[in-house]
Amino acid sequence: MTTLTQPGAGAAMATPDASVRPVLSVEDLRAYYVLDLFGVKREVRAVDDISIRIMPNEIYGIAGESSSGKTSLIKTIAGAIQPPLTVVGGKVHFDFRGKSIDLYSGAPADLDAIRWRHLSYIMQGSMNVLNPVRRVRQAFIDFAARHIAAPSRRAFEEVVVAHLDRLHLSPHVLDAYPHELSGGMRQRVTIALATVCKPEFIIADEPTTALDVVVQKRVLAMIREVQREIGSSLLFVTHDMSVHANLCDRLGIMYAGRLVEEGATSDLFASPKHPYTQHLISSLPRIGDRTPREGLKGTPPNLADPPPGCRFHPRCPMAMEVCRTVVPPFVTAGKGRRVACFAAEPETIPDGIANATRSIAA
Amino acid sequence: MHGYGQYILKRLGQFVLVVFVGISITFFVTHLTPIDPVETTISAAAAFGSTSPEAIAMLRETLRELYGTEGNVIQQYVTFWGRILQGDFGPSLSAFPTPVSELIARALPWTIGLLVTATIIAWVLGNILGGLAGYYRSNVLLKMSGVLAMGLHPIPYYIVAFVLLILFAYVWPIFPLSGGYRMNLAPRWDATFILSVLYHSILPALSLILVGLGSWFMGMRALVSNIVTEDYVQYAELGGVNRRRILSRYVMRNALVPQMTGLAMSLGAIFNGAIITEEVFGYPGIGSLLVDAVHAGDYSLVLGITTISIVSVAAAVLIIDLAYPLLDPRVKVA
Amino acid sequence: MRVVFDLLRTNIEFAIGMFLLAIVVIVSALSFVSPYEPDLIYVVFPDMPPSAEHIMGTTSRGQDTFWRLTFAMRNTLLFGLSVAILSRILSLLIGLVSGYLGGAVDRVLMSINDTFVVIPLFPILVLFYFVMRDSMSWVGLAIIMACLGWAYDARLIRSVTMSLRTREFTQQSVFSGMTTRQIVSQEHLPYVMPIVFSTTMNNMNWSIGLEVTLSVLGFTNINTPTIGTMIYWANQHTALVAGVWWWILFPVLMVVILFIGLFLLAVSMNEYIDPRSRLSRMKGAA
Repeated sequence: MTTLTQPGAGAAMATPDASVRPVLSVEDLRAYYVLDLFGVKREVRAVDDISIRIMPNEIYGIAGESSSGKTSLIKTIAGAIQPPLTVVGGKVHFDFRGKSIDLYSGAPADLDAIRWRHLSYIMQGSMNVLNPVRRVRQAFIDFAARHIAAPSRRAFEEVVVAHLDRLHLSPHVLDAYPHELSGGMRQRVTIALATVCKPEFIIADEPTTALDVVVQKRVLAMIREVQREIGSSLLFVTHDMSVHANLCDRLGIMYAGRLVEEGATSDLFASPKHPYTQHLISSLPRIGDRTPREGLKGTPPNLADPPPGCRFHPRCPMAMEVCRTVVPPFVTAGKGRRVACFAAEPETIPDGIANATRSIAA
Repeated sequence: MHGYGQYILKRLGQFVLVVFVGISITFFVTHLTPIDPVETTISAAAAFGSTSPEAIAMLRETLRELYGTEGNVIQQYVTFWGRILQGDFGPSLSAFPTPVSELIARALPWTIGLLVTATIIAWVLGNILGGLAGYYRSNVLLKMSGVLAMGLHPIPYYIVAFVLLILFAYVWPIFPLSGGYRMNLAPRWDATFILSVLYHSILPALSLILVGLGSWFMGMRALVSNIVTEDYVQYAELGGVNRRRILSRYVMRNALVPQMTGLAMSLGAIFNGAIITEEVFGYPGIGSLLVDAVHAGDYSLVLGITTISIVSVAAAVLIIDLAYPLLDPRVKVA
Repeated sequence: MRVVFDLLRTNIEFAIGMFLLAIVVIVSALSFVSPYEPDLIYVVFPDMPPSAEHIMGTTSRGQDTFWRLTFAMRNTLLFGLSVAILSRILSLLIGLVSGYLGGAVDRVLMSINDTFVVIPLFPILVLFYFVMRDSMSWVGLAIIMACLGWAYDARLIRSVTMSLRTREFTQQSVFSGMTTRQIVSQEHLPYVMPIVFSTTMNNMNWSIGLEVTLSVLGFTNINTPTIGTMIYWANQHTALVAGVWWWILFPVLMVVILFIGLFLLAVSMNEYIDPRSRLSRMKGAA
């Protein structure tokens, strides 16, 4: 994996508490799908210049519509990228208790050593993450046995059963094949599997998307509970803003491969600064509110050929002349808030652009 | 357990259907043609000159009953089944008066021995190599073996067997030209005889393995390159599960399920191959017996071998099908 | 047509397969300008090694090996093509009906289908020859083999049809009032046809392989020149022992060229059809 580390442009980072070191720091990360079709090179900029810091014991949410690059981002963060997705620049650094690692400069073996012990993963489409021809017990042995110091198989199984019990799961699930469990059950078993080693960092990618609402609620409660209990950080990705509202401490909004706004969840919902965030929040249903929801015109941009300037400008109701040509910088905007928008932060508009603030919105 | 019982019942039904359809085809193939095999056979037998008139009369009677010229087609069909269910094909013409069943019983162990060994070796080896080639895509040695397997696979058994015979028995005679054991040995359970049998079986087995290996190799490689993109494999990789364990327990283990179905599906073709191979190497099994029977005009023997072939292939498929739930826990509920 | 050029340019397997097949077709076509009648024997001096006059030598039966081979190749190719076309019709019919109607019809058809997949055909074909003897022509054999060799591909076509049936555009056609026959022939056939073409190659390999085997053993009409009967006659005259190696080598070489050519075409076409492998090609190129 080639690594191009650029000197930190992420100076304007906002951290809630400067005395605690973040578990994860992502700096100016860029990961593109590099395609070469019959000699024609194409780049799809799925992750473009993203910087995030996640603190211990924090739940950080990433929101955005499908194909906004959020899955590519967490794949990159989890060190799970495969060609054609390639890291073309930036840094992913984990600072675990007694062990820190730079994902795209260390040897792959180091990565295997932290997996599951320090960093675990709850995957999208969790229906199929368990090997269909082996019992659930085998999955626990394969994933966790090398990290849990137990004198015997029996002792190891006691640890696993205790953990299952804590999550209100019957030890009988160990004897089941995945197909014998319901969808919600399978997801809960996967969460148990991902947390049995008490990792310091958990990445959850749309873990509740395929579930029905009631099961979804139970699974979310379970994630929250286990996160509190083991005190790990959680990076939670979903397109569902209502889930973010209920779960996350802080929230990052992604649009077309970039972070456009970040802040504490309550602040963000109370006063969204970026027009895209405003749209996401206003489209949430509220009890008693009967006004029709306004749709966003247009479609998400093609990441192989994104629009110049602010990537949101063709769909933005507040778009100005400057948005067409200049990429708005991601700057601190109040306590713990960052935003990339000329309309929200007019002082970031560079000088010397004619008619910079003339509206272009239709 | 209820689901498993249903599965067994279904498989048994399929077994009965294969036997029924197969044997019905042999009946109609022989009865819808304008030629009366009984008289053709008798005249061929008479032309041999060595058979006594009583023997010919007895032969005609068996053949008439077996072939069934009495009554209409339905009645003939019923009589035909009666004979077959008893396993009674009457005496052989070419080895008169030895019963057909005895000739078959003598040849069958050779064929089954050769076939089972060669098929298992080809299947296991093809799956292991194909699995490795699918998982380690950039390995040059595995790529080369893939090219070799692809080149060998489409060539029919006969040609492969023939070329092997020419190369390793004529041009570079390190293996015997034909036979199942050394001519001057009496079949006995001792080391000399068994070694001789093994030595004689190497070339025929090799030809079966070479052809079979290719298709298992390619099937497995294609399956593996699909399975590595499955969620459970990616998840195990994210979980830092030991790579060798991922390859064996996650990737190959899941690919074996369709490969097992493939084995059951291609047993008929493999059997065809064994028959042909035996003829090329003069191996004393069912195949050689069949070819000799055709040349000698031995109707009852040909019919007997055809029937036995169908039943034994159907039985082998049934055995695989019954073992299948051990490999795939999902069939119990399906 | 554009597809063919595309494949020739980008797919090495397809290009090699086409090249090998072209050799075979050209050789077969040359039979039309052969200076010798196919059925005559002892028209040239027997047992001559390859020379300028007889590029593949002459056989012990006094035939020119090369020109004999052109007739043999033509018949073999025609035979394979006939079986393929006939059995394609059967598998298409059964596969589409089974996949589209589903339910009980599907279950019954598929058990019959699986039965035909499993039954060992070789003994049955031998039995057939045994009864027919020399009155069995290659046309008769082709018909029999087509009737026995449709099953494997019918299952394939069925599974494709089943997946098509559940797609949206099928539902839409149903709502727009198209009849089943219209939907199958206008909407689904275009998806199924590429599979029919690629299975044609495999089916030809299968049928020609069986024909060669039957002929070599003398279980077909041995007077029709095919690749199999050529090897049969060579064996009858113990060509190898007598040192007339060219009588065996060239037919075997020719048929191996045909098999590999057909196989490569089938493989490359499968790859072309399967969207997943298309994707992996894109990845591989990156």
